[in-house]
Amino acid sequence: MTSVCFYFQVHQPFRLRKDYDFFKIGSEHHYEDDYANATIMEKVANKCYRPMNQLLLEEIHRWKGEFRVSFSISGVCLEQMERWAPDVIESFQRLVDTGCVEILSETYYHSLASLFSPEEFVAQIRLHRQKVRDLFDYEPVVFRNTELIFQNRIGEIIEELGYRGVIAEGADRILDWRSPNFLYQPAPCRKLALLLKNYRLSDDIAFRFSNRGWEAWPLHAETFARWVHQTAGNGEVINLFMDYETFGEHQWADTGIFEFMRALPGEVLMHPDFSFATPREVIDRYQPIGKLSFPEPVSWADVDRDLTAWLGNSIQDSSIERIFRLEGVVKSLGDPDLLHAWRKLQTSDHFYYMCIKWFADGDVHKYFSPYESPYDAHVIYNNVLSDFEEILLHRWRMRNEAPVPNGGPRRSPLLDMAFVD
Amino acid sequence: MRILMFGWEFPPFISGGLGTACYGMTRHLAESGEEVLFVLPKAIEGMPREGYQMMSAEEVWRKRSDDDFPLPEQVTVLTVETALYPYIENKEYARMIQRFEGAIPREGKPAPSIMSLSGHYSHNLFEEVQRFAEVGWHLAQQSEFDVIHAHDWMTFPAAMAAKKRSGKPFIAHIHATEYDRTGDHPNPKIFQLEKIGMEHADRVVAVSHRTKKTLIDRYHIDASKIDVVHNAVSHDKLVDPLLIKKSFKEKLIIFVGRVTLQKGPEYFLRAAAKVLETHPNYRFVMCGAGDMLPRMIEEAATLRIQNRFHFTGFLRGAAVDRLYSMADLFVMTSVSEPFGLTPFEAMRYEVPVIVSKQAGASELLPRSMHVDFWDRDGLAKMMIEFCENRQLHKSLLEHQKTTLSKMSWRTVAEQLKTIYRKVIPV
Repeated sequence: MTSVCFYFQVHQPFRLRKDYDFFKIGSEHHYEDDYANATIMEKVANKCYRPMNQLLLEEIHRWKGEFRVSFSISGVCLEQMERWAPDVIESFQRLVDTGCVEILSETYYHSLASLFSPEEFVAQIRLHRQKVRDLFDYEPVVFRNTELIFQNRIGEIIEELGYRGVIAEGADRILDWRSPNFLYQPAPCRKLALLLKNYRLSDDIAFRFSNRGWEAWPLHAETFARWVHQTAGNGEVINLFMDYETFGEHQWADTGIFEFMRALPGEVLMHPDFSFATPREVIDRYQPIGKLSFPEPVSWADVDRDLTAWLGNSIQDSSIERIFRLEGVVKSLGDPDLLHAWRKLQTSDHFYYMCIKWFADGDVHKYFSPYESPYDAHVIYNNVLSDFEEILLHRWRMRNEAPVPNGGPRRSPLLDMAFVD
Repeated sequence: MRILMFGWEFPPFISGGLGTACYGMTRHLAESGEEVLFVLPKAIEGMPREGYQMMSAEEVWRKRSDDDFPLPEQVTVLTVETALYPYIENKEYARMIQRFEGAIPREGKPAPSIMSLSGHYSHNLFEEVQRFAEVGWHLAQQSEFDVIHAHDWMTFPAAMAAKKRSGKPFIAHIHATEYDRTGDHPNPKIFQLEKIGMEHADRVVAVSHRTKKTLIDRYHIDASKIDVVHNAVSHDKLVDPLLIKKSFKEKLIIFVGRVTLQKGPEYFLRAAAKVLETHPNYRFVMCGAGDMLPRMIEEAATLRIQNRFHFTGFLRGAAVDRLYSMADLFVMTSVSEPFGLTPFEAMRYEVPVIVSKQAGASELLPRSMHVDFWDRDGLAKMMIEFCENRQLHKSLLEHQKTTLSKMSWRTVAEQLKTIYRKVIPV
């Protein structure tokens, strides 16, 4: 028996105002482009979330529990849906209520905290759990990190937190001769199961589906199901992991993506040895067949499948260092609003926009970026941080003028920041 | 006197000091009772019209009579002889064109990108220059004038055509040379146009002694033919400094100019980094756009000073004045600057300035305000000294006030009239 496991990533960042220029530093404290964020949410909801949720709900009912999928929805995305498209939250709730939909755990802020601050990483996982509990009355048991970033160290933390499984990219440099179609275990772990994305089959849907130059175009559900069935006897689980926005947003409705997905469950289930399962069910069904070591971080981004989409050039590195250097002072001020603002600035998209790897080619980064260039993204982000630092500095001074509760002097956390009081 | 003036830019559509200077001269010549007809490729509504006549190339073109014959070929050869130059290699052509490319952001609206350039020089610059020469030819037939005054190489073919047809004297005004713009790698075509223009001119006006020297050394123009007329600065303020509040307490040091080789932005950045090593309570702004901007942004990030070193992209009009009024110090690190108007614009807002010795502007300022653009440590020391030494600060401002009071477009207009009189036959 082979299980086909769908996991869809749902995420929208809080994009920053494009007009946040030097003159706003110190005087304007509203950083987000509410208009853009609201309109993008509305657009994506219309093109993807609403029709696709409806489609999945109908298919789940039609197949009476045999068709099953899973989602991971970032906290910042849930927040924006609550604000601008609350009906979308309701449609996700209806999906979860079918019992055929699993919700995964991730960092609330879709951040890179796993690479910079284990403490902050765990805090954001907890916040996301709470949000999922509040909205869906659901307790996730499988974790997926931002952009599937995974390495041994992260596996240890996730196991420590009591998760049963974790999701990662089935990168060739990790798998080597092995197949992604089995359950594995991260090298340092004893209980944690590892599900690896089958990137060939996943990307057939997510990236190649509408590519007219591809020899398999136009792709029909029947063909795709045949490829899936070809793994019979040669694997236990086919992990199809992709952005949810693939359906209707990256691949527009007129590419036939919805018809494809409507036909797919039937085509897959035609083969008696194939069924659908969610990650927790996969972990119930199978045993890890071996250990895999991730000494360096692996992600699902770009062809490099490493961290270079977010980190590595000076405009990215200097920005992310700057935001994490504020951790001490933000936490010691203890203001939930400041903490929330600081954490929203950690969302990985801010650094993705600063990627200059293929800037000249106007590639996929450009498609997703609200900015004209990575340099604009960097300048605006850092203008915002300059204002945010001014606020922190002001608050810190105010606090220090008040008597310190426990007496003795305190070391100013500002010393850890990029500036000195 | 009736003056026919050829220009390439005019406020508010300017890419640098050229348009501002043209406006200052034209306005004050008109104010002192002279008749000026200012012709430029595109006259746009909203350009100031104060007592002088403005005309666009299209207007001239429309007004030409059907039986008027076109610019004769031998004149074309004479004026735009360089058009016969073998085409420069494509790569170099592309590089050159890049220097002139760009969209003009409107005032009040943020530029679409920090990368947006200010200039309104188009892809087919040479074609436009050639078309403008045709305009000069027809205009000479349509208008009455005593003298032709043309600003920088783009307008020289037009002036030469007008001179050819009318026989009136021609003054070539040099605001910048190709050597300044390219850092000693002149485009041969542009160099030729500059040289031929000056050779055909009856007199040449240079904006500084430094520029005069370049014209003698590089273009072999007869020294006795060149007059130096320093630019002036408008004393109008576009913002009320009392209403502008800096919303942070750090001292603010600014750079205003195109972010290109000529302006030496990297020297400003490196001196800023040096200051920040010991004085974190400073902020710096690099205002402007250009082909070196991405490199500057990356370098600030590499040096990890992006929390204290800010980029505004290209700003115009009141936005620049707002920056001046917030600043504690203005620095010009130009590698080669024929004049350089911006320090004087900053001085209107009582901002002390440091200018590179390699800028013509330094001829009007005391040595204590000069720096070699490459002297990072010296500049860093001066920056701190100028901001922290109150006594010095006070005396600098007094000095600048005197300098500024002597700089007026009225004086410039008088100097120009003296030059016109030299060439207009009595």
